[in-house]
Formats: sequence, structure tokens, C-alpha cells
Amino acid sequence: MQTSHAMAEVPGPAPQALDYLNADYGIRSWLFTIDHKRIAILYLLMITIMFVVGGVFAAAVRLELLTPQGDAFEADTYNKLFTMHGIVMIFFFLIPSIPAVLGNFCLPLMIGARDLAFPRINLLSWYVYMVGAVFGTFAIVAGGVDTGWTFYTPYSTTASQTNVIPAVLAGFIVGFSTILTGLNFIVTVHKMRAPGMTWFRMPLFVWAIYATSLIQMLATPVLAITLLLLVLERGLHIGIFDPALGGDPVLFQHMFWFYSHPAVYIMILPSMGVVSEIVTCFSRKQIFGYTFVAFSSLGIAVIGFLVWGHHLFVSGQSAYAGMLFSLLSFLVAIPSAIKVFNWTATLYKGKISWDTPMLYVFGFIGLFTIGGLTGLFLAALGLDVHLTDTYFVVAHFHYIMVGGAIMGYLGGLHYWWPKITGRLYPEFWAKIAAVNIFIGFNLTFFPQFLLGYLGMPRRYHAYPEEFQVLNVLSTGGAPVLGVGYLLPMVYLIWSMRYGPRASANPWRATGLEWTTPSPPTTHNFEEVPVVTQDAYDYPAMEKKVA
Amino acid sequence: MSGHIVSRKVYFAIFLSLMVLTAATVAAAFVNLGALNVLVALTIAVAKATLVALYFMNLRYSERLTWVMVAAGVTWLGLLIGLTLSDILTRSWIAGALG
Ligand code: HEM
Ligand SMILES: [Cu+2]
Repeated sequence: MQTSHAMAEVPGPAPQALDYLNADYGIRSWLFTIDHKRIAILYLLMITIMFVVGGVFAAAVRLELLTPQGDAFEADTYNKLFTMHGIVMIFFFLIPSIPAVLGNFCLPLMIGARDLAFPRINLLSWYVYMVGAVFGTFAIVAGGVDTGWTFYTPYSTTASQTNVIPAVLAGFIVGFSTILTGLNFIVTVHKMRAPGMTWFRMPLFVWAIYATSLIQMLATPVLAITLLLLVLERGLHIGIFDPALGGDPVLFQHMFWFYSHPAVYIMILPSMGVVSEIVTCFSRKQIFGYTFVAFSSLGIAVIGFLVWGHHLFVSGQSAYAGMLFSLLSFLVAIPSAIKVFNWTATLYKGKISWDTPMLYVFGFIGLFTIGGLTGLFLAALGLDVHLTDTYFVVAHFHYIMVGGAIMGYLGGLHYWWPKITGRLYPEFWAKIAAVNIFIGFNLTFFPQFLLGYLGMPRRYHAYPEEFQVLNVLSTGGAPVLGVGYLLPMVYLIWSMRYGPRASANPWRATGLEWTTPSPPTTHNFEEVPVVTQDAYDYPAMEKKVA
Repeated sequence: MSGHIVSRKVYFAIFLSLMVLTAATVAAAFVNLGALNVLVALTIAVAKATLVALYFMNLRYSERLTWVMVAAGVTWLGLLIGLTLSDILTRSWIAGALG
């Protein structure tokens, strides 16, 4: 961005229609923007940096696990590496990824609004995120933290000699940015829908983001309380979790997972929303079972709150509570399955095309299904005793979070890229990258299911010889996956300058965001649109063309 | 935004009640009621929180949707406490069952 003076203020006919990107120039016009689209870009920049940082830690972890001996890093260093990998990836990348970037950008456009309900709070949420990032960076630079991303007590409050408090405060602060974003989205969906945009005409992405926002509002405050109590115990020795001080360490796990199980749905639900958008567009069909898909988002949001005890099966939690949580965990698979079945039914007899966003969707559906089903293995009370804290768990959640959530994020990023930047990305390279990611992902994580099943525990820097072959496969997959992620970073940035210009609606998609120019103007719509149709009326669109 | 204006008198009355309740909490802490101490302290705390929500946060004069949001918050707190108690209250059972 070169600095020049506010172009918007220059009178006279503009040589080229102004859009939100060229309406104003200079760093200040970005740092003080209240345009939801620009704030989305600010988030995009930050979470991409965080993704790279988290990726470097992951690479180090895989490097250590190449050989059975603990040779690359000391045990203590290794503990810090996987901890910081988890903290950065979960709190600073995956949780904000789709909501704060794609949600921020698309949600007002999709419901026909000129901005979010509270544009200034939207900007504030980014600054709060940045303050959290400063604390997180401090924790890393000052020597790291080694508790695991779960900060389990009493280790985190009494034993750990590392930077627990800065890291915990980082999570605490960034949580508030999540709350602010969620609040903004909820109010926007309630109050800012264009005339005719009834609840059941809203795109399913909006439903998914709405459900996610509800979770963010209801769960994140509990994380804040929990982390604050942790700081009080560590800093001031007030006994809450430490048995030596009269506390209960399992209480920490209850409170932590009351947030963190719903948080896994904060990560996956938005991706599911993206899948609904893409799967309809690239099979040219109405979604199968709109209301089911919409309500399954709410179902997941609610039931997702009732299952957290499945993380405590071997923690000393009562066996009776374990049975209850096991049962409830099986229930949460139902709304997830509804979605998967509805997407596949949508594909049925569709005019399917294999553009890049769709490749990610196919990846999502397959990998999420594996991740979800292995969740059921883990939710089985007896089996979990064998599998808990093994690489099986690591594989389970990476299938969902990396195979599912990140695939959805990348699919969405490609799908809306022409809208965001006004440019098309190179389809050939994008396809290569998508396939690359799919192969690299499976190579990295499938062996971990086997390793865990054979009994390899997670969070150790050394392991017995007999696990080496599978670990070499896994470490071998990591660079393939890494290249797959690097490619989009290169060609997407390239396309911002050299990509062909995108039309308003390059995918021939339904949805109000595609009725605006690419990129949209600052205020999105010249005239507030009036909605007269259901979402995803692709059959009508196809007829018009024929 | 109902635009309801609450008179200053109400605010002062609420403030006074909060102060009285605070004093009550402190006083109760000096009386040994056994397990009841916790109950008393929590009851007073809930009463205070309710007053703050109803008057200082203007909930009493807010629209239905705001009430729904508050109800959700309270329900979710109930879930947190209830399901956690499902563990805490039944932990000793298994020891008994195994004899
Ligand atoms: C289909 C529903 C799901 C079920 C029944 C399920 C079940 C489980 C169970 C029982 C565990 C505990 C395993 C153990 O520690 O022994 C677990 C761990 C985990 N799951 Fe899932 N899961 C489901 C969906 C998800 C989703 C959607 C995500 C993420 C987006 C996810 C992320 C995680 C994570 C991060 C952990 C491990 C946390 C840790 O210990 O570090 N799960 N899951
Ligand atoms: Cu869980």
C-alpha cells in the first residue's frame, strides 16, 4: 500500500469505481477502519502469521519424533514446543479463523446489511486480539510455557517453572475478542437483515456463524473465569484447584472443558457452514433439508455443552458421571451426522464440478467423518481407558480440526477470494495445493491412529523403537502438508496483483454477497436489497441459463 | 431500547440495599452456622446479583429478547453447576458399591 491522501475526498468523477480496497489508502486507513471487510483483512493477516508460527512449532515436534531417542530437543523443550503449538493454533488461529475473517467479511453482505451492528466494537475486537497476541508473544519469547494447551492444575499452578501467567492471560484476553465478535454477529443477525431476509431464507453459513456466536457468548466467559482462578492460585496461592491448598484439581478440568468442548464446535461449525454454501453452488442444487441443516447447527451448539466430561473419564471423575457423559457424547454425533447425510444427499444427481472450493469440501466431508466417528470410539467409556492420552486422540482431533476445520477455511477462502480481492486465483495451482494438502494430511495423521491404538502416549519426546516406522511416515507427511499450505500463501498473494479481475459472480452463485461488485464498495449495497427467494435457488438459475 | 427512565431515587434505594446486603454477608461470616454459612453467603450474593441485573443493568425495563439472553445465561450456569455436581456428588458411591 503506498501512502497517498484520502482519495475518497477528491471531488469529481472517479476514474474507476471505488471499492472498499481503494476507497482510501495508507496504514491509518486500515488501523482505524470500521469497515467490516477491512477488519476481516486485518484478522486474515494476523491469523496467517499465527498459523505460520504454530506451524513452525509443529514442525519441530515432528522433527523430534523422527527418531525414538530424544535427540533433537531436551524433554523440557519438547514440552514447550507442543504446548505453544497448541496455544497458538487453537486460541490465535483456529478459533478466530472463519468467524473473524470470512464471517466478518461475508455475514453483513449475505444478509443484505451495510455493516455489522457495532462497527467500532468490531475494530475493538481486533485490538483486543492484538493485546492477547502481545501477551502470547511475550510468553514465547520469555522462554515459553510447558503445561500443554490445557493448562491442567495443579501442575500449572504449583509445579511448572515456565511463563504460565503470561500465556494464560493471553488466552484470557483473546477470549474477550471472541466474545465481542460473537456478540456483534448475534445482534447483527437479529437486527440488520434486509427486508424479506427471513430467518429461513438466510444462507446456512449465517446460521452456522450464529450458532457459533451463541457458543462463544455462553462458553468463553467460563474460560475467562477458569483462567483467572488459575492465575489467582498460582500468583496468590488461593486454594481452588490444588489439593494441598484445599482445592480440587478435577474442578479445573470440569471448568476448562465446559469451555473447551464447546470450543471445538466453535472451530468446526463455521466450517460446516462454508461446506453448505460450496456444496450447493458446485452441484447446482438446493440444499437437501435446509431446516435440518439449520437446526442441526443449533443442536450442536446446545448438546455440545453437555458432553465435556468425556475428557475426564480417567481423571478421577465419578464413574456415574462418566456414564452420563458417555451417553450424552453419543448424542452429539447425531446432528453432525445429519449434516453429513444432507450434504451427500445434496450431491445426489447434482451437476458437480471440481473447482478448488469443492475439492476442499470433499476433503472436509471424508476427513470430518473419520474424525467424528473416532470421537465415538473415544466416547465409549471402556475403550477410552485404553486410548486416552495416546496418539489416537491426537489423530482424532487433528482429523477434525485440520482435516475438517482448516479444509473448510481454505475452501471458503478460495470461494470468497474473488469477492474479497476482486481477483481470480490460478485454478491449476489451487487444485495442486488442495490435493497436496489432502495427501500430506493423511500421511501425517493416519499413522497416528495406529500408533495410538498400539499404545504410544502423546506428549513424550522419546518412544520405544517399535513405533519408529509409523512415526517416520507421519514426519514424512508433515513437509508435504507444509508445502500444500505454502502454495496458497504464494499464489493468493500473487493473484492480488497479477490475477485476472473477477466478475461480480464468478461461480454463478446465489446469495446477496454475489450481487455486489467484486470487491464490494465500502457500504456494500447501493440500495438495500429486498429478498424474495429462498436460499440456494440453483435450479431456477440453471433453468434461466438453459 | 425501551427508553424507560429510572428515577434517581430507585438507584439510591438499590445502592443502599446492596450495601446492607454486603454488611449482612460480613456479619454472617462471623457466625458459625456450619455448612449453612456457604448457603447464606451464596443466597445473599444471588440476591445482590439479581438487583444489579434488574435495576443497574435495566433488565426490568428491557425487551423480551434481552430476557431470553439472560435466561440462557442462567440456564447455562445451571448446566455448568449441575453436571459438575453429577460428578462431585456421586464420587463416593463407587467406593460403597465395591464395598
Ligand atoms: C462427533 C463428536 C465428537 C465426539 C463424540 C468426541 C469425543 C472425544 C473424546 C471422548 C475425547 C477425549 C479423548 C481422551 O482424551 O481420552 C476427545 C478429545 C478431543 N476432541 Fe473430540 N469428539 C467429537 C468431536 C470433536 C470435534 C468436532 C473436535 C474439534 C473441532 C474435537 C476435538 C477434540 C480435541 C481437541 C480433543 C483432545 C483435547 C486434548 O486432550 O488435548 N472433537 N473427543
Ligand atoms: Cu470433547
